Amino acid sequence: MRPLYRFNGGVHPPQHKEESSGHPIVPAPLPARLVVPVHQHIGNPAKPLVQPGDRVLKGQLIAQAEGYVSAAVHAPTSGTVSTVAMHLVPHPSGLPDLCITVEADGEDRWIERQPIDYRELDASTLRNRLRDAGVVGLGGAVFPTFIKLNPGAQQRVPTLILNGAECEPWITCDDRLMRERAAQIVAGIAVMRFMLGSQEVLVGIEDNKPEAIAAMAEACAQSAFPIEVVAVPTLYPAGGAKQLIKVLTGKEAPSSGRSTDVGVACFNVATAYTVHRAVDHGEPVVSRVVTVTGNVREPRNFEALIGTPVSDLVAAAGGAREGTDRLVMGGPMMGFDLPSPEVPLVKACNCVIAASPALFKPAPAPMPCIRCGRCARACPVELQPQELYWFARAKNFGKAQEYALFDCIECGCCSYVCPSHIPLVQYYRFAKSEIWAREKEKKAADLARERHEFRQLRLEREKRERAEKLAQKTAAKAAPAPGEADAKKAAILAAVERAKAKKAAAAPRNVDNLPPEALEEIAKIEARRAQVRDMARRPVAEEKEP
Amino acid sequence: MLAAILVMSGLAVVLGAVLGFSAVKFRVQDNPLVEKIDAILPQTQCGQCGFPGCKPYAQAIAEERADINQCPPGGEEGIRKLAELLGKEFKPLNAEHGAPKTKSVAVIDERLCIGCTLCLQACPVDAILGAAKQMHTVLAAECTGCGLCVPPCPVDCIAMVELREEIATWKWKYPVYQFKRAS
Repeated sequence: MRPLYRFNGGVHPPQHKEESSGHPIVPAPLPARLVVPVHQHIGNPAKPLVQPGDRVLKGQLIAQAEGYVSAAVHAPTSGTVSTVAMHLVPHPSGLPDLCITVEADGEDRWIERQPIDYRELDASTLRNRLRDAGVVGLGGAVFPTFIKLNPGAQQRVPTLILNGAECEPWITCDDRLMRERAAQIVAGIAVMRFMLGSQEVLVGIEDNKPEAIAAMAEACAQSAFPIEVVAVPTLYPAGGAKQLIKVLTGKEAPSSGRSTDVGVACFNVATAYTVHRAVDHGEPVVSRVVTVTGNVREPRNFEALIGTPVSDLVAAAGGAREGTDRLVMGGPMMGFDLPSPEVPLVKACNCVIAASPALFKPAPAPMPCIRCGRCARACPVELQPQELYWFARAKNFGKAQEYALFDCIECGCCSYVCPSHIPLVQYYRFAKSEIWAREKEKKAADLARERHEFRQLRLEREKRERAEKLAQKTAAKAAPAPGEADAKKAAILAAVERAKAKKAAAAPRNVDNLPPEALEEIAKIEARRAQVRDMARRPVAEEKEP
Repeated sequence: MLAAILVMSGLAVVLGAVLGFSAVKFRVQDNPLVEKIDAILPQTQCGQCGFPGCKPYAQAIAEERADINQCPPGGEEGIRKLAELLGKEFKPLNAEHGAPKTKSVAVIDERLCIGCTLCLQACPVDAILGAAKQMHTVLAAECTGCGLCVPPCPVDCIAMVELREEIATWKWKYPVYQFKRAS
């Protein structure tokens, strides 16, 4: 039996898993129109490759990765691209983003799929394949997976951890995936293990999912290499990457560092599944399993195409029951309200909860902080949330950073336990985005300063060069002393001579070798011309005379 | 006794020479205060303060020739930072120098541009690309939004467009609550 460790704090919110966990995953109905955002991952938005009117097949690349931290986006079904334009996306800001809209033709015809043998390819090609298949972390952070699968200079990451904890209440998509497709997840784990050169492979699953644990254990037993399935105690947020690593290995990633710094890589089980689909079947990420639960008639897990309107998913779950006042994407602890039911399903969306005041009591008005310290006891990152709150509220961002604001994972444990109902995480998010914006501004200011200084330098240099030229010219002018007039005259004469010689040289030569009759003709014409010229001059003279 | 005095005075002479030499050799040329002030200024280089750029304004502040409240793009926060740095009292922005505006970028209507290069010469950060009788365009990422290119344009083809909030620039808002009045 593997010894397990504990992270600090954590909370036990009501689980609400059984609403949706009992039913198998069902395919969501194919919508008439799919809206696919080009920015569904951390990093740079993908660059659209299609135009309105283009025919696309299911799985066809419609936007390619741009820059290193990015991932590709694919057509979720076959059909016609109708627009490449701004559309409302699931984001807490409620702002639109660039999306590619595909009108489905109903055939759902795949593009030619090419499975690859990962053992045959070199590591970098394999990683690029995953980037071009749009594989990103499906636990919610949507970080491009191929970057995490780069073992870097150490050549290997000794421990590979698969995260099947699914600690947020209500969400059951990973649970169902592990129960139904354990063998495929294990196939994906094999690819990941190969790429990272790991010796130890662990699958962490919260002990409130015995069926998933059993299914995964059975699939892992048939694997060619040892995989250990570990049941971890149910405690929110055990599914946080750093928390799960702590529980399973006792190792802690350093502050503002990464888990690979301690030789551990952690991936969501659904990510392993998509790695398997991408490598062994040549299928890019065009769908995902999503839990639709809460105040709906038939809570279910759907395998839905990316780009499916959330309202369609809610309708497929029997529709929202009375009293539903908003839709939440993600779980109740870390999720956010959707700006509209018409937003599309994205890779990051593991759960849609129809919320009602009966299910989620509206938070009472916040009271002043009484410095009870409950938040500090609950914080899984061992921060001092009360201090961070103080600094964020006072907009003392430097101090907030000193207190490791950026190590906060925004899990919401502090807000959950706060007896004064202070929305602490909102303050931290505010402070974080404010600090980021300032850093950006600072960078822009530095750039402007540099460019301005360079311009000043350039103007200065140009001025100097012009002055030097002028000085040279005046010096040249001033140099010729007396006798200058003669020299000038001589020069002019010489120039006149030169011009004459040039004119003579340039005289037409095509009359040189002509027969005498032709020469005579030319002489006649010349004489006529002279006469005409003469006549042209005369009338003016006559006019003047009278 | 004499030896001790000689040793001490010898030491004094040597150390004095070293100090004197380093005072000349390693003298800090720039006034570091100017750099510190310049770091706070927003580097818009717009000249609204009455000086030709941020650095000259910083110099003027350091030499007490200018007040700290003449920079509209820096806004109230900039004045607060300057006040803190210089140990002065905060004062509101001097309205003579303009009001703070939302950040914007210059956009050239390329159909109207005649390629006169006047805006190129006005841009303090070389953010406009073009040549004589060639259409000009603005490098949006380098534009500080100072607006200095607008007045010289003979065909009025430059517009200052306010930056709209996008997802990439969106910020979480400061939590604010609406309290219900008790009836």
